[in-house]
Amino acid sequence: MIGVGKIKQNTNVLDKPLSRGKQEVSLSAFAFLFSELVQYNQTQVDNIAELERRLEDAGYAVGARVLELLCHRDKGNRRETRLLGILSFVHSTVWKVLFGKVADSLEKGTEHEDEYMISEKELLVNRFISIPKDMGTFNCGAFVAGIVRGVLDGAGFPAVVTAHFVPVEGQQRPRTTILIKFAEEVLEREARLS
Amino acid sequence: MAPVAPRSGDAIFASVERVNAELFTLTYGAIVRQLLTDLEEVEEVNKQLDQMGYNIGIRLIDEFLAKSNVSRCVDFKETAEVIAKVGFKMFLGVTASVTNWDADGMSCSLILEDNPLVDFVELPDTCQGLYYCNILSGVIRGALEMVSMKTEVTWVRDMLRGDDAFELQVKLLKQVSEEYPYKDDEYSEV
Repeated sequence: MIGVGKIKQNTNVLDKPLSRGKQEVSLSAFAFLFSELVQYNQTQVDNIAELERRLEDAGYAVGARVLELLCHRDKGNRRETRLLGILSFVHSTVWKVLFGKVADSLEKGTEHEDEYMISEKELLVNRFISIPKDMGTFNCGAFVAGIVRGVLDGAGFPAVVTAHFVPVEGQQRPRTTILIKFAEEVLEREARLS
Repeated sequence: MAPVAPRSGDAIFASVERVNAELFTLTYGAIVRQLLTDLEEVEEVNKQLDQMGYNIGIRLIDEFLAKSNVSRCVDFKETAEVIAKVGFKMFLGVTASVTNWDADGMSCSLILEDNPLVDFVELPDTCQGLYYCNILSGVIRGALEMVSMKTEVTWVRDMLRGDDAFELQVKLLKQVSEEYPYKDDEYSEV
């Protein structure tokens, strides 16, 4: 009979129950994987800006999915419409789920109305990474910046997100700041809603 | 000094720092997506994933040996058991089972019921030839090569392709004797 072969069960991934999100892997497994991501991208680019952009794009995809997952699982399908709401969602919920703790601080920029900063003493992704001098200001936190941008974009708050090292006195390793600069329309909408 | 007893996979996993498996899963997904965009050919992506796994494996073996205190394995059977019970547990938080030993004990299957790499993943029709978890085969190959075992690791069953479990076949090709890396005549007395 034509067409009779081994019957494979193709269970649709959407039919499987969603996991509770408590499963863990070792930090070193993640660190190895992340280092391979960075190393692979280094072979594909010629300069630092390209490398940062590629890491950010990888993070963007993660962020978009994290938003969907968390909104569905933890927030009961309610979405944030206010700026402070989405920022505190990123700073607390997203950070807690991905990195096991809330971010160290969330600040509003003093110079510009549209800038906010999330700071972290040591980003999880940068734990085992040291940047050689000739790479200047490159920060693998660009991956995390991409995650934040993915979350914000998916939630309807387009923004430009970058990661920067900020040297701190008394601390050998600089802390990392994720700088979020919201688009015009976000601020206009926020002003209308207030 | 009394030899330190090898630690069980659960004990080591409980003692290492851990991260959320979803971050790991999503990062791996981002890597595979990047590779598919750059390389386009599914076979190329499989090879690249294997190579990345190999690079990880050659470094992972050091951490494995340091944390697990296993002594030298007597034979390949023990090696496979150690990988399945201690290795997988220590890094991925899941255990595998070892089955399907062939007659001379040179080849076996590692079966993974639970695989953190494939949560939320579905293979589209355009990528049916992709071995999504091929990084794992590279990791095992790389790790074993650093302890003088040349192996060939292939996928027998893949849940993303409709099978009921993940099955890796590990075949020992040969045991390489440990070589002193420097030639004798490179050294000279000053």
